[in-house]
Amino acid sequence: MTLKQLPLAPLHAELGARMTPFAGHEMPLQYAGVMAEHLHTRAKASLFDVTHMGQVTVRGDGVAEALEALIPANLIGLAPGRQRYGVLTTDDGGVLDDLMAANRGDHWLLVVNGANRDADMAHLRAHLPDHEVVLHDDRALLALQGPAAEGALASLVPAVAEMRFMDVADHEWDGVPLVVARAGYTGEDGYEIGLPAPQADRFARALLAHADVEPAGLAARDSLRLEAGLPLHGQDMSADISPVEAGQGWSIPKSRREGRPAFPGAARLLRELAEGSPRQRVGLRPEGRAPMRAGTPLWDAEAGGRQVGLVTSGGFGPTLQGPMALGLIEGPAPDRLWGEVRGKRLPAAVVETPFVPPRYKR
Amino acid sequence: MALKYTEEHEWLDHDDGTITVGITGHAATQLGDVVFVELPEIGREVTKGEEIVVIESVKAASDIMAPLDGEITEVNEALAANPALVNEDAEAAWFFKMTTTTPEEMDGMMDEDEYKAFVDD
Repeated sequence: MTLKQLPLAPLHAELGARMTPFAGHEMPLQYAGVMAEHLHTRAKASLFDVTHMGQVTVRGDGVAEALEALIPANLIGLAPGRQRYGVLTTDDGGVLDDLMAANRGDHWLLVVNGANRDADMAHLRAHLPDHEVVLHDDRALLALQGPAAEGALASLVPAVAEMRFMDVADHEWDGVPLVVARAGYTGEDGYEIGLPAPQADRFARALLAHADVEPAGLAARDSLRLEAGLPLHGQDMSADISPVEAGQGWSIPKSRREGRPAFPGAARLLRELAEGSPRQRVGLRPEGRAPMRAGTPLWDAEAGGRQVGLVTSGGFGPTLQGPMALGLIEGPAPDRLWGEVRGKRLPAAVVETPFVPPRYKR
Repeated sequence: MALKYTEEHEWLDHDDGTITVGITGHAATQLGDVVFVELPEIGREVTKGEEIVVIESVKAASDIMAPLDGEITEVNEALAANPALVNEDAEAAWFFKMTTTTPEEMDGMMDEDEYKAFVDD
């Protein structure tokens, strides 16, 4: 399989990025180093190239109603200029993908995970035969994240300072049309900016010219989202792991639990919401220094006992200055679990997530 | 004595029967920010190629293998307490010291120039 080159590939090379294949693209993994990039994001602002994600528009009559038949979120009640988190559920109540759905007035914009864009497109086209569903491969997507993101982006596009968390609006910079969402996946305030690929290099350089902005790669994006307790599709949530089990039951509002159009997997998900799910997500803080990576078996005792689940995402939190993990376990959450690392059972405290509190601008 | 290098990106400093072992700056850069180091027990008998140190960066876990047959005589506890030392100065951040039953194997290892050429390939 040939990897797609990002429109910003020459810029990444110039910035000294170490590249890695991800979701069919040659993606920047890191620049200065994941620790420095992570901490800079929490202190100032970082620019992430997330063009591998799919930007999908849906047009036609009754798009909100049609999408609600696939996504158990309140989309009919979402005002123009706003976006909402949701999941595409499978018939079994698993998750095909998670996404942001934005009401853009005369159409809807879905931003989906890069690894799932083809599967999502097939699913959307099969279920929305009367709507125009388009994947915009000709667009770039940049995320500017961190407490200085507002100042940096507003220095180019002043009106973005007025946006609230989860607003989506059209803006313009130097003749370039931008679709700006005040959102992200790092736990920080910030923006995601969609724009035509040919203008992305010029725009990215203008942002990087700001004293507070440094480039950051996929590795920092992963440690940032994990500290923020945000699940990653394919690890913490999947065709096998329901949104309720993954701790995303909040995204299915009351209005979707009674009356409104059904959605795939409703029987399982409504039952799990009402009665509790057989498995649940837990936050873990390993008590030693050793990280517990994805796949680490979780036990309910230091010796003997029973394996109750697995770590689904785990690593080191640079802001936390210690290891952290998300696990999926059967039964109720105890205060403590043991992760089996290289044949040894190491203790971890079961904690609430997020590990680092988010700082969204609501 | 001049340092010797392995294809596994370890450096060996042989001084009067004791060999000090660390990883190269190149390896440290490739690993990225090191956040956890697990050292072998002092007195452990090791076989060349055996995984005896766990080293974890933010992103991934990897191992350091015993470069020779022998016995671990000392470990760098300062490194376990502050793994970032590996990224600050890999040539100073030694992992363990060992004695060996096969010192002659070091003759076949790379010197600094050969290692540089090896890395540049």
